[in-house]
Amino acid sequence: MAQASNVHAMTTLSTYSPKVRSVGLDGVLVTFGDTATDEANRAAIAFRSAVDAQGWSEVSESSSTLVSAFFRIDLAEHRFEQLSDRLQSVLATRDWFAASLPEGRALWTVPAVFGGARAPQFDEAAEAAGLSKVDALRDLTSTRLRVLTLGFAPGQPYLGTLGDAWNIPRQKELTLNVPAGALVAAVRQICLFAKDTPTGWRHVGQSAFACFRPRGDTPFPLAPGDEIQFADISAVELSRIEDTVTNGSGGAIRTELA
Amino acid sequence: MAALHVRQAGPGVAVQDLGRTGFLSKGLTRGGAVDRLAVHEGAALLRQNPDLAVLEMVGTGGTFEATEDMRIALTGAEMTAHIDGAAVAWNASHALAKSSVLNIGPTRTGTYGYLHVGGGFDTKLMLGSRATHQSCGLGDLVTADDTLQVGADRGGDAGLTLPRDTRFDGGSIRIVPSMQTSDFAQETRESFEATTFRRDPRANRQGIRMDSDGDGFATPKALSIVSEVIVPGDIQITGDGTPFVLMAESQTTGGYPRIGTVLSCDLPRVAQAPAGAALRFQFVSLEEGAAIEARARAAWAALPKAVTPLVRDPATLQDLLSYQLIGGVVSATDAPLDKG
Repeated sequence: MAQASNVHAMTTLSTYSPKVRSVGLDGVLVTFGDTATDEANRAAIAFRSAVDAQGWSEVSESSSTLVSAFFRIDLAEHRFEQLSDRLQSVLATRDWFAASLPEGRALWTVPAVFGGARAPQFDEAAEAAGLSKVDALRDLTSTRLRVLTLGFAPGQPYLGTLGDAWNIPRQKELTLNVPAGALVAAVRQICLFAKDTPTGWRHVGQSAFACFRPRGDTPFPLAPGDEIQFADISAVELSRIEDTVTNGSGGAIRTELA
Repeated sequence: MAALHVRQAGPGVAVQDLGRTGFLSKGLTRGGAVDRLAVHEGAALLRQNPDLAVLEMVGTGGTFEATEDMRIALTGAEMTAHIDGAAVAWNASHALAKSSVLNIGPTRTGTYGYLHVGGGFDTKLMLGSRATHQSCGLGDLVTADDTLQVGADRGGDAGLTLPRDTRFDGGSIRIVPSMQTSDFAQETRESFEATTFRRDPRANRQGIRMDSDGDGFATPKALSIVSEVIVPGDIQITGDGTPFVLMAESQTTGGYPRIGTVLSCDLPRVAQAPAGAALRFQFVSLEEGAAIEARARAAWAALPKAVTPLVRDPATLQDLLSYQLIGGVVSATDAPLDKG
């Protein structure tokens, strides 16, 4: 499981000075924080989008992680110092921590079961967060979570950021097999599993949403910056979706974010 | 359409190519053949494009029957190879006649062997590539009774060979500093360079564990590192200080710090090192690394010029070890009957 430790709530915009580093000879990484904060993530997404919009011929592809934007550039062919200077000059054009997120993002409403046999660690996660079950359910279904990054498995989102109470550690012992579509919680994040996975995160919800649909027209439905809101459904309703919805959407509804 | 019918296949046989790019932001790594040089060698032997799909074989190959006349090439880790029972040379191209049976047996040196066909394997494109990426559900291992379609071959010679490369028994690996190298103490980096590692048997297409005696190479900063992008060749240091070289099917991001990154041109040497082989890592600057990599690419591109006809290759002699090659040497200038 990817590490996302040291999550801090921050009320003021970061004073972190972005770092530009080479990654092997494979590209350049621009990092907006030492810890996985919400604004570092926003800055990384916004910066990646801004550089992509400039269409540099040296950039083969780009991605964003929890706190960084990565530009895949062949450093055997292009000098790192030159690319670094150019990225620094884009960095200097504005305060990226205050940048708004790019356009073209989507809001997903994803039906999920919380608790019971399909999500057996909901109660214990609520307890670890110091919340009643009612309050925990309200948090998980009323917070609009952002796709911080996709990774670990294809199309798999790390969603954030829940309130401070949800800064619950990973379990020391792995749960050997949590199924695809599971919502698992730790360190103020929710991960929605793309496939069956052993994990130290707690299994708090279960959806039928397929994060990776290799045979469909949209193999990767989610993108960093998209938002997800979970809708509480019954286990019976989830079974009905599993039996009748065959396109991988799991009954989720996608709307464009203005 | 020509095809290879699979009569029997080893446990680690899969279609690969140079992988799929453009999906890093979606959490999907490039994948593809772990020994990219072998892919280029096969393409040079068959005088075709290195983008064509090949079969990657770990440990042992399989038994394949040609449905039409075709050309094949064998590269990478040397395995025993026979066509209709007659031994054929590795690192070479051969004609495989319709209904002939190609048998590829256990590895002799190295780890990953490759079977190339004229025209390439024409399996289904998945996200723009034919590379099998099992853990992501893209493609499956090749098994008995599969039929592997072969693309149209523009034709050309068979019976060609390339000089044998030295990358199959470990050796010295050049690495460049990467984003977290400076998070490791200077003495840790020096000790990393001074250590002779053994390739652990625990290795796969995701990563290769490096064993050494001693305390390992941990950094106290590891605990506070946020999960960050991975590129092929990254050497991650796990919590107990053990290095893993991350290979073609690694994840796109990871939470363990990277002490450095293996140059792409040296990654085939890491991939091919058999279990137990000795490996050492040597830092070069980014600038030196770029120059080394550029030279290697030029050499890979020039491979077609290094191809020569296959003549009297000892590897084609059946049961080589039964020949008496040392004793009883007959000299052309020394008439033995004159003695005594």
